[in-house]
Amino acid sequence: MRKDILTSFLAIIVFTVLCGILYPLAVTGVSQVAFNNAANGSQIESNGKVVGSKLIAQSFEGRRDYFQPRPSQTDYNPAGTYFNNAGPNNTDTRDLIAGNVKAYLALEGRYNADLSAENVPVDAVTGSASGVDPHISQKNAEIQAHRIAAVRKLPLPTVTQLIKDNTDGRFIGLIGESGVNVLELNLALDKESSR
Amino acid sequence: MNPRRSASVFSPEILRPAVGASFAKLDPRVQLGNPVMFIVEVGALLTSIIWIVQAAGGSTGSNDPAWFTLTVAVWLWLTVVFANLAEALAEGRGKAQADTLRSMRTDTVATLRDGTTKPAGELAPGDVVVIEAGEFIPGDGTVIEGIASVDESAITGESAPVIREAGGDRSAVTGGTRVLSDHIVVEITQEPGKTFLDRMIALVEGAERRKTPNEIALGILLAGMTLVFLIVVVSLRPFALFSGTDVSTTTLIALLIALIPTTIGALLSAIGIAGMDRLVRRNVLALSGRAVEASGDVDVLLLDKTGTITLGNREATAFLPMPGVGESELAEAAQLASLADETPEGRSIVVLAKQYGLREHEFAPQSAEFVPFTAQTRMSGVNINGDQLRKGAGDAIIDWIESEGGSAPPELRRELDEISSEGGTPLAVARNNKVLGVIYLRDIIKDGMTERFDQLRQMGIRTVMITGDNRLTAAKIAKESGVDDFLAEATPEAKLALIKQEQSEGRLVAMTGDGTNDAPALAQADVGVAMNTGTQAAREAGNMVDLDSNPTKLIEIVEVGKQLLITRGALTTFSIANDIAKYFAILPAIFAATYAVSGSTSGPLDKLNLMNLGSPNSAIISAIIFNALVIPLLVPIALRGVTYRPIGATALLRRNMLIYGLGGIIAPFIGIKLIDLIIHNLLGA
Amino acid sequence: MLQGWIQIAIFFAALVAIVPLLGGYMARVFSGQPVLLERVLGPVERLIYAAIRVKPDRGQDWKAYARSVVLFSIASFVGLYAIMRLQGSLPWNPEGFKAPPWDLSFNTTASFVTNTNWQYYGGETTMSYFTQMVGLAVQNFVSAAVGIAVVIAVIRGIVSRSGTSLGNFWQDLTRATLYVLLPIAFVAALVLVSQGVIQNFSSYSDVTGVVGSVQHFAFGPVASQEAIKELGTNGGGFFNVNSAMPFENSNGLTNFLEMLLVLSIPAALTFTYGRMVGNRRQGWALFAAMSVMFIAAVAVVYTAESNPTPAMTAAGVNAQTTDGTTGGNLLDKEQRFGIANSALFNAVTTVTSCGAVNSAMESFTGIGGAVPMANMGTSEVIFGGVGSGLYGMLLFVILAVFIGGLMVGRTPEYLGKKIEAREIKLATLGALYMPFAVLIATGLGIATEYGKKSLYSGGPQGFSETLYAYMSQGNNNGSAFAGYTGFIQPEAGNAGSFGITFADLLGGGTMIFVRFVPILIVLAIAGSLAGKKVAPTGLGTLRTDSPTFVVLLIGIVVLIGALTFFPALLLGPVVQGLTQELF
Repeated sequence: MRKDILTSFLAIIVFTVLCGILYPLAVTGVSQVAFNNAANGSQIESNGKVVGSKLIAQSFEGRRDYFQPRPSQTDYNPAGTYFNNAGPNNTDTRDLIAGNVKAYLALEGRYNADLSAENVPVDAVTGSASGVDPHISQKNAEIQAHRIAAVRKLPLPTVTQLIKDNTDGRFIGLIGESGVNVLELNLALDKESSR
Repeated sequence: MNPRRSASVFSPEILRPAVGASFAKLDPRVQLGNPVMFIVEVGALLTSIIWIVQAAGGSTGSNDPAWFTLTVAVWLWLTVVFANLAEALAEGRGKAQADTLRSMRTDTVATLRDGTTKPAGELAPGDVVVIEAGEFIPGDGTVIEGIASVDESAITGESAPVIREAGGDRSAVTGGTRVLSDHIVVEITQEPGKTFLDRMIALVEGAERRKTPNEIALGILLAGMTLVFLIVVVSLRPFALFSGTDVSTTTLIALLIALIPTTIGALLSAIGIAGMDRLVRRNVLALSGRAVEASGDVDVLLLDKTGTITLGNREATAFLPMPGVGESELAEAAQLASLADETPEGRSIVVLAKQYGLREHEFAPQSAEFVPFTAQTRMSGVNINGDQLRKGAGDAIIDWIESEGGSAPPELRRELDEISSEGGTPLAVARNNKVLGVIYLRDIIKDGMTERFDQLRQMGIRTVMITGDNRLTAAKIAKESGVDDFLAEATPEAKLALIKQEQSEGRLVAMTGDGTNDAPALAQADVGVAMNTGTQAAREAGNMVDLDSNPTKLIEIVEVGKQLLITRGALTTFSIANDIAKYFAILPAIFAATYAVSGSTSGPLDKLNLMNLGSPNSAIISAIIFNALVIPLLVPIALRGVTYRPIGATALLRRNMLIYGLGGIIAPFIGIKLIDLIIHNLLGA
Repeated sequence: MLQGWIQIAIFFAALVAIVPLLGGYMARVFSGQPVLLERVLGPVERLIYAAIRVKPDRGQDWKAYARSVVLFSIASFVGLYAIMRLQGSLPWNPEGFKAPPWDLSFNTTASFVTNTNWQYYGGETTMSYFTQMVGLAVQNFVSAAVGIAVVIAVIRGIVSRSGTSLGNFWQDLTRATLYVLLPIAFVAALVLVSQGVIQNFSSYSDVTGVVGSVQHFAFGPVASQEAIKELGTNGGGFFNVNSAMPFENSNGLTNFLEMLLVLSIPAALTFTYGRMVGNRRQGWALFAAMSVMFIAAVAVVYTAESNPTPAMTAAGVNAQTTDGTTGGNLLDKEQRFGIANSALFNAVTTVTSCGAVNSAMESFTGIGGAVPMANMGTSEVIFGGVGSGLYGMLLFVILAVFIGGLMVGRTPEYLGKKIEAREIKLATLGALYMPFAVLIATGLGIATEYGKKSLYSGGPQGFSETLYAYMSQGNNNGSAFAGYTGFIQPEAGNAGSFGITFADLLGGGTMIFVRFVPILIVLAIAGSLAGKKVAPTGLGTLRTDSPTFVVLLIGIVVLIGALTFFPALLLGPVVQGLTQELF
């Protein structure tokens, strides 16, 4: 029994060194060398300055000249994340979504005559799980494209092409869901506008 | 007593006392032994109290109408009564037999060998008593002197008297049987109160019934499930309150009773008693319930060849003459040599010889001198008209011929070997110093044995034939009968060794035996069936006694054992599967109005009222009534047992899962709906 | 929908493919056969034995084995609790987090030592890199290794023909960690990093975005923890939103890999089992039973989530699936996973006792939310936790063998060993402890004022939150209807979503109870089976590798789960699934 107790404590020390220090350090070492950008948060630079991570949505609030990411319950905070936790039959949830729908229609309705609550893409009016979902659906992007084209005075096909260029497809065409990366798209848009 | 009577389950003479007993058994001390039914009784008591309070105008904190509480209480009481009734019915069938047996336990006065007398009840082992014709045997014992015919119909149901004699394998006598002729001296072997008759009474009455290991295991499972459901129901109240629904105590009790496995809980002991009873009906007394269960598990069956696989006796089927001897000459000699031979073999020789046109009475018997069979000479015969005719084992005849100055022809040896290799038994026949030929005696395999063995194989049981024959003969008969294996030239020691060997490989072994030298093997076997005709030692060693002394009975015993387990398993499955329908009856009833839109009485969960039951109250009552009624409805299955079919374990499982599992899910949906139709639509509940 | 089904089919095919590979490998590792990695790690293994002073070949009977399991877990508990309480003085704490309070530390320690990974805290707002990496992630390894060790010991008991030894716990623990968990986690972590899962020790930093909004970024050694979090069916996220966070789960491929990691060991152990008992069909039979229930769960939750919730409909959203939009209930789900991979992840993480999530359970539809609860209601035996799933399933196998054995007319036996009253007593306890713990804890949570404090929603949703919390902790799962206590939203620097002592203690106690009771039960059963004679099988023997038996086993697992939790589920998710009304 006493020997077992001693062994138990020795074992937890040994395994802590092995799995808690050596293992993560080894992973970090290899990662930093082999996948430096990915390991450090897939940061994106614009004009030599880090402007965010391509994996993390950021706010473009109030800017009609940019594509808007999905609504965020955390104001796009990547260091204090939480879910909406919106029950399927809760009146709060209805109000939350109804608010999003109203805002979306207010923003896009002018440029999309036939847009109504009925046919808004669901991603556009629902908060994501992470609050920093970097993607929107293609449909959502196509709707916003009308606004972007009008505000930025770009031909719609150009904007549509940019959407296509910044769409992350499924892995090997099969796994996952395709989505348009809002940050990358907006940066591409700026590049296109400044041309 | 007629042991093979097939009384209906509900015949009035059994039903009437059983009804009485089922009310007597409401005593909570009786119910404590069965946790499931104890809970039901507590529930019945609580609902009764609630009703009394309601009836007296007191407040119970619920909106249940009083008639609802009363109905639930009544049906809960009935549930307990039905459970008691099932047990009482099972016991009742045994009681009838026990009464007959008890009436035989007349207090005779025993005469001891020294002339003193003693009441039968005071006889001790070691006492030696003398019993004259017409007297009852005062206790179990062994005949140590004399021979007598004994009427054992009281315990076996067989009216023909049997012979009991000192020494050998027919020496056991049973107290309560009657000596018909002659007189015997018997040494008592059993204490009073522990005689065969006493034990038999106790067994058929179920008085000494102890729970078997398997019953205990099942009981634990059922108690565990009961506990889980208790927690489910107890926790439901706060859950419901949170959801804005108050569930009355009566309803919760009704739900609990509907969920706990009352069906199997009520029938469990009846199934066990009935299993014993089914054996008794086949004239087999199991001395413990454990043995009955074990018989369902038997992997290996040791069967004595003679009497079990083959007809008790060999039969002459051919005369094979030596060169230069006519077939009818041999037949005539064989017939003459067998005239005085009263053994079945001898008779069969005479019968066969008749086919050669020979008749028994062609000579004057007084001119013949018969030579009887002895163990030393191993032959018998007759001296007639100056000729010495002998028949006997090949070796014995050769020895005799040579001592008479003759010599056996080489063909004899060849013929003898050939017959042996074919599984037959050869008998040589000689006249004076000349060998005439050989009689071919053959074992006759009983009808239907091959099918029986196929059936056993299907049940997963291997059969081993035990015989004193040599290997060649044994192999031949084994092949012919379809038995899986054989033990040739078997001695009691070899038999015991075989059993131990099988057991060490993890198999369960069953065997029958009668002689004293079988006792160790009987004791070693997992299921040892002693023949009632056997010795006291054998009867003590085995864990079952076959009153008919029929060795093929083992197969039936195995079936009864399996049936017993299957019945338990099937009704357990049925009982648990029933819960699904009960949930769908009771829960929508409880939660019909939960989270209903204001102004409506039908909430989302009302959609689960799949059976479209009339009202919440009628739904709950219907479920409780179904729960109660299913017990008496299943009593016939519990008592008769679920039929065992030797179709292989997986097929059997599939079959029983379909009938009792799927059936157990569907049946209550129908049953509860029907009851609801009656009590809601007709009675307005 | 079709695209989703194809993805689910591909995932299942991948799972079936790795089962024999990994399962066969584990069988070699635990039956002392040589494995390739021994050439590299053999010296490390021997070094560990020397350091912890054990003779690895010394067999332990069930009591000694159980004692080692318990003592090691106590040592783990003490170590982890100490790390948390000392967090403020330990290194690798870029945000300078103080120690979490005692009650949260207790709950979290219990949670990680028991392989639950229930989190009453937000990772990036509560725990330092040191606590996550040196404290929590170590338990992700060893609590999983304990699970594997226990099930291996149980298998040895079932197989053993003589003697009482179940093997040596320290050897099993070491070999499970060294030869199974570490190598796979290492490779998986690197793959994850290559796809964007972060792995660094950078301090949190502010980044000014394109239009001037400032984002505060949290970093850390995430990939190394993520890999073992999934592989060990632990599930405790580095970030509060767990595998929904792009830094934990960055695209379709990482998501696929993470789900596969979750199921790989629990599924492969069935094959290991078949190999070790000398009859692969036995293992495949268990795999089949688990798979049927798993696929059913996936189908239900996927179908349910492909439709909008009543709240969405009430808000006027149609949520039809058309080209370019996922449709369905995408609330609290990520676009890159869509409906199919969120639904699949949901099923994967709740049939196993993993508890990682890539979408918020609480925002699922009524029926979609009922599925994870139903999965947990089966005592986590549909693949289940690493090791714990299989040994839990074996308890049900014993019950199925008992009932099935009776139905074919034989006193029950399993793999030739008689199942007697002692085993049934233990197996009954094994089927009993979980509903017992969950229902009582839920009852306390729902009926007391202390418990109600934790609720975020009212009505059926509030009930679901409570029920889910205790089903999850009561099955060592760890996923949550995260509104439960989660309404105290974390902010950077505060201690996170905790602070309700009652919930911390009730949950912590529940987790410890449901972890160690079944371990003791299965080890006791293994001990009692170890010495038993093996009866040869015949035609009359109930075959436990036949489809019929698989059906029976499924029936018993589902029936026991359904009968115990049906009423509770009705009042939570089911009531919502049956109505379009809002509450």
